[in-house]
Amino acid sequence: MELMSGGDMLVRALHESGVEYIYGYPGGSLLHVYDAVYRQSAVKHVLVRHEQAAAHMADGYARATGKPGVVMVTSGPGATNTITGIATAFTDSIPMVVITGQVMSHLIGDDAFQETDMLGVSRPIVKHSFAVRRPEDIPEIVAKAFYIASTGRPGPVVIDIPKDMTMPNERYEYVYPKKIKMRSYTPPQRGHSGQIKKAVELLLAAKRPVIYSGGGVIIDGSSDKLRALVDRLNFPCTNTLMGLGAYPGTGERFLGMLGMHGSYEANMAMHNADVVIAIGARFDDRVTNATNKFCPDAKIIHVDIDPSSISKTIIADVPIVGPVGAVLDEMMALLDEAGETPDAEALETWWKQINEWRERHGGRYEKNDSQLMKPQEVIEAMWTATKGDAFITSDVGQHQMFAAQYYKFDKPNRWMGFGFPAAMGIKMNFPDDMVVCVTGEGSIQMNIQELSTCLQYGIPVKILCLNNGSLGMVRQWQDMNYEGRHSHSYMESLPDFVKLVEAYGHVGIRVTERDQLPQALEDTFGKYNDRLVFLDVAVDETEHVYPMQVPTGSMRDMWLSKTERT
Amino acid sequence: MRHIISILLENEPGALSRVTGLFAQRGYNIETLTVAPTEDETLSRLTMTTTGDDRKIEQITKQLNKLIEVVKLVDLSEGPHIERELMLIKVKAIGAQRAEIKRTADIFRGQIVDVSPSVYTIQLTGTTDKLEAFIESIGPGCVLETVRTGVSGIARGEKVLSL
Ligand SMILES: Cc1ncc(C[n+]2csc(CCOP(=O)(O)OP(=O)(O)O)c2C)c(N)n1
Ligand SMILES: [Mg+2]
Repeated sequence: MELMSGGDMLVRALHESGVEYIYGYPGGSLLHVYDAVYRQSAVKHVLVRHEQAAAHMADGYARATGKPGVVMVTSGPGATNTITGIATAFTDSIPMVVITGQVMSHLIGDDAFQETDMLGVSRPIVKHSFAVRRPEDIPEIVAKAFYIASTGRPGPVVIDIPKDMTMPNERYEYVYPKKIKMRSYTPPQRGHSGQIKKAVELLLAAKRPVIYSGGGVIIDGSSDKLRALVDRLNFPCTNTLMGLGAYPGTGERFLGMLGMHGSYEANMAMHNADVVIAIGARFDDRVTNATNKFCPDAKIIHVDIDPSSISKTIIADVPIVGPVGAVLDEMMALLDEAGETPDAEALETWWKQINEWRERHGGRYEKNDSQLMKPQEVIEAMWTATKGDAFITSDVGQHQMFAAQYYKFDKPNRWMGFGFPAAMGIKMNFPDDMVVCVTGEGSIQMNIQELSTCLQYGIPVKILCLNNGSLGMVRQWQDMNYEGRHSHSYMESLPDFVKLVEAYGHVGIRVTERDQLPQALEDTFGKYNDRLVFLDVAVDETEHVYPMQVPTGSMRDMWLSKTERT
Repeated sequence: MRHIISILLENEPGALSRVTGLFAQRGYNIETLTVAPTEDETLSRLTMTTTGDDRKIEQITKQLNKLIEVVKLVDLSEGPHIERELMLIKVKAIGAQRAEIKRTADIFRGQIVDVSPSVYTIQLTGTTDKLEAFIESIGPGCVLETVRTGVSGIARGEKVLSL
């Protein structure tokens, strides 16, 4: 029997749950725990400069490795600072365990110093949460938290620990459960065979099929299975933003991303399809446009591990609840058994049509005659410089959409929907890979303080800032819907980013002309390979992201340029 | 349509707030809600009535089922069931009204559980409709105060909601 303090139990239980890194920031309520962290070396701690970044770092780690990211922060403001990061993980189904300190049990409810009801504040954005009420429960709670966070539809789990649960001189028996079983939580292990059979029949009979896959394929580690299905059937495949890389971006059967800023061919194919199979995707509003006009002729097959995703916005004709991988295995087995192939003639006609759509738009944009670059060409150049093999994170805005459209992801788990801290979380775990954060001059300033963390731990990520001197995506909407009234979308008084990153001990390179870009990229990934490089690239502020779906329209209603509409 | 959803919930602090929080967060409507421990002290039984079309109710039950502390859930309105609600009601009872109210209470099988010179307090159980019919019969004008428990429900016959 081993006796330990609550603080030691927590750290030990994290280690036993497979934790390599904790991303965190200390404070009063967690000092006993931080002391326990200090006295061991199995679990490493990364000190951020703002708790939001800790959550985003843990998220980036989780997306790249598939394992839960771990965050540890103090009570009150420490805890509330993580909220955006937790909400991001919740929305994107990312496994995460967030440990928040809490004031002493006897003070809870008295509005004590730095007391916030973290369980209450985080309730709508967590998969589950625990409050520790007895120190001896800590190992079991930690084990349960990891189990819940990483199984079924993954998500963030919060553990709130009052300071008196971690007292150094109060010791309890440490028992880490060998196996977790919960009567009220049993994630599905496989899909319904009858439904899968129906789905296969529909697929085989399809004349204008589309495979629409999302983040669920990547989270489940089933990209290979998806690729096998697509190629076996010779069906076109489109990915959501979250799903990029599940099917190779350079693959012939890949239509590009779909939805609001999806490719012309992907959206046209969806609109005209007779069978759509959604795999690990959730028909969200950035994909479907107006739901009552969505895919008017299509029978919908929907595979998802979360029953509440199915028939939420779009009614499924064939719903299949189960893990993507298990369902795809069963589909392949049925296809093998049936020995049938889809209607080759119909598919040929369908592909001919799709190729015509590809020719009509195909991601074209016009370069300027001047040296001022368009953002798209910067992404293309970076794709070439990294041979399409980098991990890419991005923030939100035009730069994000350009990155999603023009960086062709051939591998899964390489694309993450947000920022600099995520890039740091990835780089620490994949030190030999190129990790690039594509950002805007607006977004990067939301977590720029982490340049300091990068110096402390030597995290040589690359930051590619598409500097259009404005909150570009906001400005685009104002151009399109508010007669160009740029209300607060213009970033006056931007810092000199080169000087700024130099002050933090890193390398800054400013690019204002097209001719300077190749050398700058070469230096970034060559000469400065082991340094953090901030590439501040001036791009045309007037550029818009296209295609762009017309609001309240169907999938096929798009602006293709400032003057051209479908 | 009105649905009666019955839930076995882990009897843990915070579990109920997850259920009610879910309704607030997703814009679902709770009409009534009752909750109490069961014969198994680790479980609470919760009954709620809500309204919505089939799609909405399907979402509600799916979302509820996703809550880790929800152990079992059944939509009682999908089959034959018994529902009851208890009401305590204070009514003005003076003069000729006293006899009249007593008669009405008898007809509805209510019990007068407290009496003062001008007030009767009546206890009544039944379906929501029955409680409303009672208020209608005695005339809403003489109602001083009502308190209702909200609906509890159970399936008819052999069907049981248990682990
Ligand atoms: C935290 C947060 N605040 C505000 C927004 C709204 N928003 C969406 S895109 C955008 C512009 C961001 O500007 P920048 O990072 O320069 O990117 P650009 O669009 O110029 O490429 C804003 C403010 C958001 N998505 N998230
Ligand atoms: Mg910008």
